Amino acid sequence: MVEREGIRSYVAHLILWIGIAIVAFPVYLAFIASTQDNAAIANGQMSLLPGGHFLETYYQTIFVGTSGSTREPVGTMLFNSFVMAMLIALGKISISIISAYAIVYFRFPFRMPIFYIIFITLMLPVEVRIYPTYKIVADLHLLDSYAGLSLPLIASATATLLFRQFFMTVPDELLEASRIDGAGPFRFFWDTLLPLSRTNMAALFVILFILGWNQYLWPLLITTRDDMQTIVIGIRKMITTTDALTEWPVVMATAVLAMLPPVFVVVVMQKLFVRGLVETEK
Amino acid sequence: MAGRERRPADFADNMQKQSVFQSRLLPYALVAPQLAVVLIFFYWPAGQALLQSFLLQDAFGLSTSFVWFENYRDLLSQPDYFAAILRTFVFSLAIAVSSLSLALLLAVMADKPLRGAALYRTLLIWPYAVAPPVAGVLWVFMLNPSLGILAHGLRAMGVDWNPLLDGDQAAMLIVLAAAWKQISYNFLFFLAGLQGIPKSVMEAAAIDGARPMRRFWTVTFPLLSPTIFFLLVVNIVYAFFDTFGIIDTMTRGGPAKATETLVYKVYVDGLLGGNLGGSAAQSVILMIIVIGLTAIQFRFVERKVNY
Repeated sequence: MVEREGIRSYVAHLILWIGIAIVAFPVYLAFIASTQDNAAIANGQMSLLPGGHFLETYYQTIFVGTSGSTREPVGTMLFNSFVMAMLIALGKISISIISAYAIVYFRFPFRMPIFYIIFITLMLPVEVRIYPTYKIVADLHLLDSYAGLSLPLIASATATLLFRQFFMTVPDELLEASRIDGAGPFRFFWDTLLPLSRTNMAALFVILFILGWNQYLWPLLITTRDDMQTIVIGIRKMITTTDALTEWPVVMATAVLAMLPPVFVVVVMQKLFVRGLVETEK
Repeated sequence: MAGRERRPADFADNMQKQSVFQSRLLPYALVAPQLAVVLIFFYWPAGQALLQSFLLQDAFGLSTSFVWFENYRDLLSQPDYFAAILRTFVFSLAIAVSSLSLALLLAVMADKPLRGAALYRTLLIWPYAVAPPVAGVLWVFMLNPSLGILAHGLRAMGVDWNPLLDGDQAAMLIVLAAAWKQISYNFLFFLAGLQGIPKSVMEAAAIDGARPMRRFWTVTFPLLSPTIFFLLVVNIVYAFFDTFGIIDTMTRGGPAKATETLVYKVYVDGLLGGNLGGSAAQSVILMIIVIGLTAIQFRFVERKVNY
């Protein structure tokens, strides 16, 4: 390094730990609250150390749900969130990779217009077209269905552009070679291109899974049945009731359960996550 | 999902492979699924919104007439709407500035050759995965006037903390939760930006006698400006759209609309039903804002590619 560090590096360590504390404290508190007695929390006398209700609260949250209302158990919500996130991530990746393949490896009329039609959707996030989209999904009888939850979010110009960019870097010789081997467009895609795209697909999957899991506005609009709620929607409904009736340990356990899968993905697949994030956003 | 949809950098090349497959129908079959989704769920609703914004229905929904820009004129003459625009921009700036400055400080620290640097990085990036509404719930719990731990602290310090009644405090609540959630994203990009600055440049500045603080402002900060600008745009888009979940779990736009942003207003006005044309006009104005922000971002990316 440029100069001797010493005291400066202690300051750096200190600032980083303060940063980590700021980032982690709300989550720590949520976990602590989920292990404590509701009465203590409601009185504002919550301890800052874990309480003894861990198993009880999590059992109730996952299998029973809040006792005050007729809401579904959070287990169902976790399942819904998982299905939705998987459908969005896998759906986006599969429809994007084949359309990118067509655009890069074929020459056909309207190729560029089609590309631009897909590209422009970058500028139309679901928030700016919610009610018309809702009406279409209702007309198609897709309310309260997994298809309705995921289909409108599946089109992704980002993924198409990413695969297109990657395909452009694949050497032409590979295509020539597999042609000489007698491979057609299907074999070339399946045997050559797909294996080469594995890392890109995985990185994209990590990002898309998190985005899918965390969807809020769209599921809020199109799910009316309690058993189709995702966990991120369910948690909001739990604190709808007046303060006194809110079962905070269950709410906080739900928050912890809602964070767990995406956070796990980020921590365990950190390299892919960082790569996916930088590539999709740049 | 809004705003996160961005494109990779080398968009400019419209080239294609030298050698391609020949097939009359196959390419159309391959683009068909994506094209179908895009046409049904993007263009059709966007077109509907555009069309409806020029239409006016009578009170019973019996007849509809084409009224050109009347819906827009109506909308823009409402002081309410202007207040929401202004509020949205204030929120965006507050969220972007607070989150960016804290993230930059942390990234500069984490960029030093410290022991445990990889661990610090892991411990700082995971909140990216927390859903905005969940972030809202976490902060509401800490700052709930009757049972929140931080609320007790604030009261002990003599602050009259009641975001349920005080609009400014409710706004602070939203900004806090939204900025907290965005720290890890900004941190990650700042760290990548810092690691892209050649060490030789820093050493040259050090040899010239520049102290670390001065080195930061005269060397690091200017070299980081493309990253800062990129993040500023991303954060504004984030504050526009992703705060919806935070607002909905924390304040529902209240008290007295003090936290109602443009996106939240579209949602609330649409939910109340009634004015279809006005709500469509709101959507179209939002679309124009998104297109503007995206265009700014594109110009920036273009420059960076040439750089």
